[in-house]
Amino acid sequence: MRTAPHVRTALHGAGRLAYLLALPAILLVLWWVLTAQSTSFYFPPLRTILSAFGKTWFSDRLMDDVLPSVLRLAAGYVGAVVLGVAIGVLIGSNRRIRLLAEPVLEFLRAVPPPVLIPVLMLFTGIGDTMKITVIVAGSLWPVLLNTAEGVRAIDDVLADTARSYGLTGAARLRRLVLPSASPQIVTGMRQALSISIILMVISEMFASSSGLGYTIVQFQRGFAVPEMWSGILLLGLLGFLLSLLFGRFEARVLRWHRGWRQAQKGES
Amino acid sequence: MTTTARPRRRSRAGFVPDRLLGPIGIAAFALLLEVLPRSGAVSPDDLPPFSAIVRALADEAGGGAFWGALLDTLRGWGYGLAIALAAGLGLGLLIGSVPFLREATASTIEFLRPIPSVALVPLAVLLYGTRLGSTLMLVVYAATWPILLQAVHGVQDVDPVARETAASFRFSRWARLRHVVWPTALPYLLTGVRLAASVALILAVAGELIIGAPGLGSEIALAQASNAVADMYALILVTGALGVGVNLLTRALERRVLAWHTSIRTEVPA
Amino acid sequence: MTALLDVCGLRKTYQAADRTVEAVRDLTFGIGDGELACIVGPSGAGKTTLLKCVAGLLAPSGGEVVLEGRPVHGPPENMAVVFQEYGRSLFPWMTVEQNIELPLKQKKVAKRRRGELVAEALESVGLADAGGAYPWQLSGGMQQRVAIARAVAYEPSVLLMDEPFAAVDAQTRAELEDLTRELWQRLGMTVLFVTHDIEEAVYLGQRVLVLSAAPTVIMEDAVIDLPAEREQLATRSDPRFAELRAHIYSLVQQAKTYHDGAEPRS
Repeated sequence: MRTAPHVRTALHGAGRLAYLLALPAILLVLWWVLTAQSTSFYFPPLRTILSAFGKTWFSDRLMDDVLPSVLRLAAGYVGAVVLGVAIGVLIGSNRRIRLLAEPVLEFLRAVPPPVLIPVLMLFTGIGDTMKITVIVAGSLWPVLLNTAEGVRAIDDVLADTARSYGLTGAARLRRLVLPSASPQIVTGMRQALSISIILMVISEMFASSSGLGYTIVQFQRGFAVPEMWSGILLLGLLGFLLSLLFGRFEARVLRWHRGWRQAQKGES
Repeated sequence: MTTTARPRRRSRAGFVPDRLLGPIGIAAFALLLEVLPRSGAVSPDDLPPFSAIVRALADEAGGGAFWGALLDTLRGWGYGLAIALAAGLGLGLLIGSVPFLREATASTIEFLRPIPSVALVPLAVLLYGTRLGSTLMLVVYAATWPILLQAVHGVQDVDPVARETAASFRFSRWARLRHVVWPTALPYLLTGVRLAASVALILAVAGELIIGAPGLGSEIALAQASNAVADMYALILVTGALGVGVNLLTRALERRVLAWHTSIRTEVPA
Repeated sequence: MTALLDVCGLRKTYQAADRTVEAVRDLTFGIGDGELACIVGPSGAGKTTLLKCVAGLLAPSGGEVVLEGRPVHGPPENMAVVFQEYGRSLFPWMTVEQNIELPLKQKKVAKRRRGELVAEALESVGLADAGGAYPWQLSGGMQQRVAIARAVAYEPSVLLMDEPFAAVDAQTRAELEDLTRELWQRLGMTVLFVTHDIEEAVYLGQRVLVLSAAPTVIMEDAVIDLPAEREQLATRSDPRFAELRAHIYSLVQQAKTYHDGAEPRS
């Protein structure tokens, strides 16, 4: 029996959708059902959490706590990427600077970023500057080290080609160095993104009077458990959303790289 | 004939041998930390001179509290990593080798993975207070993902020809796992372990710092609260050294296991 | 004959940690305007070193390269290079068109003119439709055509080619050889073609310079007195072609033992 092509495509699409949604749906239903009759203080019914979610976050908190957190995250993340790429390019293109800086960088990178919070509090207090600086100082390293590695690994035939066609200075940076290192830079940026989110949350948990992290800890301290759960849910959604956005960005920037890699695999 | 030899690069290289550059960098960094507060460029209240930090470190090392905290941190890190390894490996191998599971779990993993583990802090506090369980919860959640994902990728990367060869020789399920799947997945797994080990340390220290579970993190918070600035920096140096140690350890493990791995593979060509 | 490109007493030594390697000892030759000269030599003859010195990518240890009366210290603007590793010399993040256009942008060619040059160059290598593709979507031979198109669009007075067809299959290679001759005749550029393939050198060149093994010197500067119109089958079965090939072949055989020394890498 033959099926018309459009029906087949539709069936295929439906199958994919089923795969996509089946497990999340099952998990949510399980959560709903298993907690529906819950009298446990720590694990309130999902219904309660969801109704707390709307009341808690679709209010003044959206502008007073969520937005400032996200803005600090954005500022810190962008700062880390810009600084990391700049220093990484410098270190990656000069062998002797790299040898000089490598052990110190290895150490600084290995310091768990959260301990930077008390240090930066000494210098800048507990305001926005501290939190943004913490995010920059903690998320910088993966970008920096990956960029340096990517710049170092530029193909020498490609570099010779660029030189012989007079590609120097800013044009060389824009047309050769950055695109060539972009796969590594993006890998570093992905790692930096998750560190940035962690640092945004705990800098607010540790010392703050506003923000997402601060609010969630306040709920916990006041034993407002459904609200606390809704905060955890919101953080999860934020992480998921940012990761989704990053995936889009990555697919766009590295479209050439995927094809190029596949072509190389096919050849070998 | 013009003989304009250009020894420029060589003479500069001869001035400071390459292998001394790293130590010079470290010395310069230490010197900077000494000079900045002494010259008044930075207030010594914010950053004590490097020598004072070293002295504080020596004092700390003389007391028992420091070693207890170090051990607590290592315990949180080690236990957490071990649980994450067991969970990530088991789930990863299972999901990776069953196409149905792989497709069915993909979206769920994509959703759960980016959830920042520190979001669990309040829940951990409610459930475990300042006990080790709090730290473990954060560490395990954060460290399981890299191992799980790498395991899934590793199993998927098995060469179809190798898989079919094994099938044509009627390898048992166990032999297939042992001789085909495991060698392919191993390098991926080690990458996962390396990533997980450093993430685990970050979360162990973060948990201690925020929640107050015993360990170097809570000692740092304590030093900060009691304005013992030099002690705080000394403890931070220790966490950095710990981080370097973790990196060196996982890299050494990777080199060792993979060297064995490639030699085994070259001994049995096709 | 006034030479467009003059190489005088070129010498290149490499400093390794414990010893000095003499790659090129003493090379002197000139290439006239509009000539197509091939350089052959045994592997390890420092062909690539020589070419990189001529291209201004490598500073010689002694002697000099003069292009149109000006000494070469860096990559000159009126020179283009086609490398052997086509897969590594095209920018994989740019389309074919962008690859060809980039050097023109560097040369500050006006946008309209750039578009014309790119289209002409693609047309001339038979890839008029491939402009929007990425290099890695093309076959090896087509990628090398793109590299040639990029060089041609640059409108250089000298085109350097470093074993450009060593990594493509025989059929493609023959096509690319004819393409090279055709472009050279049509555009009147000077071409310096480095190869390790004796037949290729004889088939393509007006002159063939035979290099010794390293430390490199020129063993012979042979004139290829074959008719200007060359065709794969006819030319290769010409008795004169066979004579020349045999002659160059025996020279290359001698070249391998020209010095009694260790064989350094090229």
